[in-house]
Amino acid sequence: MQAPPPEHCPGVESEQAGRVSACAGCPNQSICSDPTKKLEDPGKALVAAAMKDVKHKLLILSGKGGVGKSTVTTLLTRYLARSCPDNNFGVLDIDICGPSQPRLLGALGENVHQSGSGWSPVGIDDNVCLMSIGFLLSSVDDAIIWRGPKKNGMIRQFLSEVDWGNLDLLLLDTPPGTSDEHLSVCTYLRDDSAPKDSLSAIIVTTPQEVALLDVRKEINFCRKQRIPILGVIENMSSFRCGHCGNSSDIFPAKTGGAAAMCAEMEVPLLGSLPLDPRVTRACDAGEDITAMKSETTDALAAICSKIMSSF
Amino acid sequence: MLDKVKNVIVVLSGKGGVGKSTVSTQLALALRATGHKVGLLDIDLCGPSVPYLLGLEGRDIFQCDDGWVPIYTDESKTLAVMSIGFLLKNRTDPVIWRGPKKTMMIKQFLSDVKWDELDYLIIDTPPGTSDEHITVMECLREVPCNGAIIVTTPQGVALDDVRKEITFCKKTGIKLLGIVENMSGFVCPHCTECTNIFSSNGGAELANLAQVPHLGTLPIDPRVGVLAGSTASALDELPDSSTAQILRGIVQHLDALTAVPAIA
Repeated sequence: MQAPPPEHCPGVESEQAGRVSACAGCPNQSICSDPTKKLEDPGKALVAAAMKDVKHKLLILSGKGGVGKSTVTTLLTRYLARSCPDNNFGVLDIDICGPSQPRLLGALGENVHQSGSGWSPVGIDDNVCLMSIGFLLSSVDDAIIWRGPKKNGMIRQFLSEVDWGNLDLLLLDTPPGTSDEHLSVCTYLRDDSAPKDSLSAIIVTTPQEVALLDVRKEINFCRKQRIPILGVIENMSSFRCGHCGNSSDIFPAKTGGAAAMCAEMEVPLLGSLPLDPRVTRACDAGEDITAMKSETTDALAAICSKIMSSF
Repeated sequence: MLDKVKNVIVVLSGKGGVGKSTVSTQLALALRATGHKVGLLDIDLCGPSVPYLLGLEGRDIFQCDDGWVPIYTDESKTLAVMSIGFLLKNRTDPVIWRGPKKTMMIKQFLSDVKWDELDYLIIDTPPGTSDEHITVMECLREVPCNGAIIVTTPQGVALDDVRKEITFCKKTGIKLLGIVENMSGFVCPHCTECTNIFSSNGGAELANLAQVPHLGTLPIDPRVGVLAGSTASALDELPDSSTAQILRGIVQHLDALTAVPAIA
């Protein structure tokens, strides 16, 4: 039961909170008047404690859906894990309504186990582990029909109750948009006293204007939330026909594509990934294609070296 | 709420970027081309695409005594459009809202917009099964809703999410009108060889599995992409394309279902 706020309550965000006459007798007066406790979500301290051995956190964002956030997350993780075998990587899928990571990382049907130190993420490789709500569903058909607050509770649990251990980099795969999931993850992970490179973002887009339109919004979201942007990755930039070898722009960059958008928004372009049917097939099957030499892995090599040099 | 609207169709997909907005706009244009009065409501608040796809960016919404006046694409007033995109000052402004604010906005779109008499109201949705979807389903309980059209691509990773959306529809009791498989196959303009970039047949298989009608399979057709930014219907511009053919089929399917007499 929640007591209603007293009449003439100055509001918890007010300077006067807990200090005016209306506050006398309010059960929350001591909380409101204490300057150190004010407005701090108790979850934030729990998250900070659970994340203390995670050096860098990288959000994979895009305003638009279906541009390849999850695919890029998977490819970056696999490539980085292969090229830095002594480092540890984690992936957290915070797309609650449409989790894709279990399939892309080849872990469909795995289960998470609870231990004394929290949920154990699913091991993908020697130095890669994954947590996703997909592991908590009994069937692919199960829908998570939740409004914001329940999604936020889940994200808080993922951030504070998963035993990530020592990680050099945690990649967070997000749903499209600028709403509950994004606000929650930013609120929990942002720590103004931590080094600047501990939390940053990569933006994924495709070349056509209808995607760039939403991506510009996401860049402004990052600015408002004070999350530094490492750069933009353009996915599905061109398609080379496997039969005749000619290239076609399936999602034509009528407005100059990611390069023009990056120049306009003043963010770096990290690179472009081609539209490769082998990648989409490997993704569906959860196979690792980063060992194969291809246009995709060449582009990944350049992108990953830029990412690693920024840490 | 929506008193003068005869039929409401929701376009859904658990997955993003599969073409919900493209299917919504082209379906609205196709229904109009066959003589109907159509409304198109975009409830994707964080990533509204409809104003851009119809070339209506920069238009302003006006208020009248009865509420907000939707944007009409031309003088004939046969296509009315509403989107949060029309309410933003700048096209790069993000809408950083949590659920309750999104819920309020959607309720306003449904109750405070002067939709007038419409044969069809098409509702374009964001991906997922969360606030926007729950709200719109709750509101639609009060009005006659014909059902949902599900859009997917053939890839497994998209189908995983779309299966969740089908469960959502079953749980909320909305009728599934059928599944459209989009981006199935790309015919190389140089050698005419068809490559199934995002696999193929997945939508048809899903329709079979979920026992819902399969409304058609749309290829990746850059000529349809070019129509973005205008109110040109694929039915008029590309009458021989498979996209036009399938849209015609869906319109017929809807007409049979709703029995709205066409004016033409």
